[in-house]
Amino acid sequence: MSSIDRDTDRSRLLSRRALVLGGLKLAGLSALVGRLYYLQVIESARYTMLAEENRISLRLIAPSRGTIIDRFGTPLAINQQNYRVVVVSERTRNIQETLDKISRIVPLTEGDRRRVLRELHRKRRFVPVTVRENLSWEQVATIEMNTPDLPGVAIEVGEIRHYPQADSLAHIMGYVGAVSEAELSGNSDPVLSLPGFRIGKAGIEKFHEKVLRGTAGTSQLEVNAVGRVIRELSRDEGQSGREIQLTIDMGMQRYVQQRLAQEQSASAVVMDIHTGGIYALCSHPSFDPNQFTLGINAELWEELLSNPATPLNNKAVVGQYPPGSTFKMMVALAGLESGAISNHHSVFCPGYMELGDHRFHCWKKGGHGTVDIVGGLRHSCDVFFYDVSRRVGVDRIAEMARRFGLGDRTGLDLPHERPGVIPSIAWKKATYGKGWDMGETLVASIGQGYVLATPLQLAVMTSRLANGGYAVKPHLTRQIKSVSGEQTSWPSLGVKKENLDLVLRGMYEVSNAPNGTAYKSRIVEAGFELAGKTGSAQVRRISMAERSTGVKKNEDIPWRERDHALFVAFAPVQAPRYACCVFVEHGGGGSTVAAPIARDILLECQKRDPGRASVAESPPNGVKARPRG
Amino acid sequence: MVAVLSPLGSGGLEPQRSQLTLGTKVRLINWGLVLLVAIITAVGVALLFSAAGGHWKPWAQPQLVRAIPGFVLMLTIALIDVRHLMKSAYIIFFLVLCLLIAVELMGRIGMGAQRWIDLGFFQLQPSELMKPALTLALARYFHGITLDQIGRPLLLIPPLLLVFTPVAFVLMQPNLGTSLLLIMGSGAMFFAAGVRIWKFLLVIGGGLGAIPVAWEFLHDYQKQRIYTFLDPETDPLGAGYNILQSKIALGSGGLFGKGFMSGSQSQLMFLPEKHTDFIFVVLAEEFGMAGAVALLALYLILLIYGWVIALSCRSQFARLVAVGMTTQFFLYVIVNVSMVMGLIPVVGIPLPLVSYGGSAMMTLMIGVGLLLSMSVHREVRIPKSGVTDL
Repeated sequence: MSSIDRDTDRSRLLSRRALVLGGLKLAGLSALVGRLYYLQVIESARYTMLAEENRISLRLIAPSRGTIIDRFGTPLAINQQNYRVVVVSERTRNIQETLDKISRIVPLTEGDRRRVLRELHRKRRFVPVTVRENLSWEQVATIEMNTPDLPGVAIEVGEIRHYPQADSLAHIMGYVGAVSEAELSGNSDPVLSLPGFRIGKAGIEKFHEKVLRGTAGTSQLEVNAVGRVIRELSRDEGQSGREIQLTIDMGMQRYVQQRLAQEQSASAVVMDIHTGGIYALCSHPSFDPNQFTLGINAELWEELLSNPATPLNNKAVVGQYPPGSTFKMMVALAGLESGAISNHHSVFCPGYMELGDHRFHCWKKGGHGTVDIVGGLRHSCDVFFYDVSRRVGVDRIAEMARRFGLGDRTGLDLPHERPGVIPSIAWKKATYGKGWDMGETLVASIGQGYVLATPLQLAVMTSRLANGGYAVKPHLTRQIKSVSGEQTSWPSLGVKKENLDLVLRGMYEVSNAPNGTAYKSRIVEAGFELAGKTGSAQVRRISMAERSTGVKKNEDIPWRERDHALFVAFAPVQAPRYACCVFVEHGGGGSTVAAPIARDILLECQKRDPGRASVAESPPNGVKARPRG
Repeated sequence: MVAVLSPLGSGGLEPQRSQLTLGTKVRLINWGLVLLVAIITAVGVALLFSAAGGHWKPWAQPQLVRAIPGFVLMLTIALIDVRHLMKSAYIIFFLVLCLLIAVELMGRIGMGAQRWIDLGFFQLQPSELMKPALTLALARYFHGITLDQIGRPLLLIPPLLLVFTPVAFVLMQPNLGTSLLLIMGSGAMFFAAGVRIWKFLLVIGGGLGAIPVAWEFLHDYQKQRIYTFLDPETDPLGAGYNILQSKIALGSGGLFGKGFMSGSQSQLMFLPEKHTDFIFVVLAEEFGMAGAVALLALYLILLIYGWVIALSCRSQFARLVAVGMTTQFFLYVIVNVSMVMGLIPVVGIPLPLVSYGGSAMMTLMIGVGLLLSMSVHREVRIPKSGVTDL
């Protein structure tokens, strides 16, 4: 009985303690429920956000770069589809074998293969790795056709910049290239860090980079823990870059570029004297910007860099040269406007002028006899302008030159424009710390010595002469996405009309008087006549000694030391519209080398004119029809 | 049906009957408990289906296929006479201990620890099998001694040896989680058998004192898990990743979840080990707190079955087995769920009947089978001296 009692005790104790254990377990489970409540109700918002962050990966979509067209809508820079072949390693059976098969369709170098294998090794197995870009249609088709034999190989489409005008427009267009470290650090636009993103490196592509680039879109992707994309949740396409229309007339541009191609190194500008719109701006030799878009090969790059004719430079804008006799209009106007000479002023040219101990030669041995302003320009008589410059002084010449756009950047919408040099007494003091010599004034009066100008500046100068003295400024951008950026009225330069007319008369006679320096290169077609001014600029600094002994003949000296040939002109003389500057580097004489080119260009321009009339952007505000004072 | 579902099961009782016919036994099986186990298993299969992104493979189908022999095993054990179980308790314990030692010698590497014996069709984890085996052995021992004898410290040495011999081998594997589970489960049996509470306090105090010493014996990965537990968010991409992602999954599930197969954390593979130790998180993310509490409620019902069986059995052995098995089951739940909710360090303990894996399922089926057997034979009285005749 006692045993039974004890057994009962034992079982009672067990029941009691089992209930205690049960209570503890219930408490444990309650704690779990409490914890669930804390995590899933109280903290739910925070964890939901974290889960979304986990789940969603934001990717940038590169915006389409804005296209560029000429004034008639001809495409100048477009985006082409760039087909590239990619491999996804997890879907291939054997990567080496797959690459072998691809190389039978698209040739692969050893370097390509190494790069692909390296990237495959570094990236996750489902990330596509580019094998080759820029496939031809034929290669794309062949790969697509063989897809069953090429597991893990796919064709992807991207965009690549293409310049259909190739080397006809290279210097204006510039080109695009990969973003450099320096460009990345100074810029907060996240799109720049996209792999393969390209930005403008030169020309319009660089100048209008922000407009052309657009803004990046975003794609919200659902990704898993290893980053594999499951699906796209939402997409914001972003803003494509805006279309830019240039003032360029591609037909003209191509014509001018081809015309210059007959010379070793030359540049030319054709612009509208009223609007300042550039019809053509060429620099020869040129290059093909398409070679830059995918990264240029070292050999070609080396060749472009070492060429003495500097194909990479836009010489019309960055080339600073002595303007030679094309500067004489500035001297004449300075004299007339300052009152230092009258409009009947005449000088006797014996073939030289003596100043102190030195004799300053005219380009014509034996001299021109008595010449007035118009004659001085017609014959390009150096002695006449020596005389005028002595009377006016260099400072007033400089002041006039600056009014006409020399000595400072014109503000053209291209990067790297150079300002040229217009010397004055103060300038020399500041630059060299020396006083000014009268001899230097004489040298400057014929556009030599310190005087430097770009072909673009000379075209602007000619425009301002031809439009009746208005401060027209050159530009390339006609409109950005239908918003016209062209200015059509310009402030007056404050030059007296009769003085200007006298200079223009001189320019007219240069080309149209039988003894004018460019008479041989006149336009004979009635109504198309041009007025111009020749220039032959010495490359070597004009030394006093050389001036006194006379200049050697061009054929006797090496190319690099020959004279530059210049011609500035406008046409048609009855109602001027086009201004042109042709500059042939080391070309020789302005009248024999540059003038014929300018004539051809201006004639071509006018012959194309009727077509242009329908899209003319504004009524001419020139000499005759100018509405305001 | 109400009778079937009641914790005491159906059928008239035939007190003091020492031999039951097979038919009676089948009738006496607590079918309510069997149904409950089936429901929980089905929940597990559904979650494994979701964890695989809506596919039967690789987890849901094998789990379902394995459940069938599991149920057969469970019901078979349910029919074994409690006296046979008591008689062979030490032998079973010894055999499982041998298996455990065998793993040390020829087990293969899995998850950085030697835990498996490959039986071809599934991998056997002797440390899992040790849970029911140890429960049986301890129940037999405590059945055989009186309350007075339990008070004698010397007589507590044999059961302590029963506990710490297998624990030592499990620790060597090393498997800290299972060792602790074995210790805690056994502790509950010591407590239920009537060991004085101050003795527990003494042992717990001693255990706490031994922590610095034990720390030296821990593997690096175990130490790392404890560090991670203490501050999971300091290293979100390293060791703390699992627990942080698990909490994100739970928290983002909210009250009612994201919907079946729509848990972004689970479906997008942010969740580690989502088919095994972290399966509860899949449930909590996709069905929210409501789903998680519902599963906990199912477990609670199972525990209630266990307690009722424990309280209704006539023999001390059966009661102790019932308490032991119920506690083991509870420990699985509490450790697993606490772990995935970041309440305790990560220890490799599965969620019972839900996590993918053969070994744990077998152990649990055996455990429930034992419970069922205790229930079937609840009226059987066994003398303290042990089973003499059958």
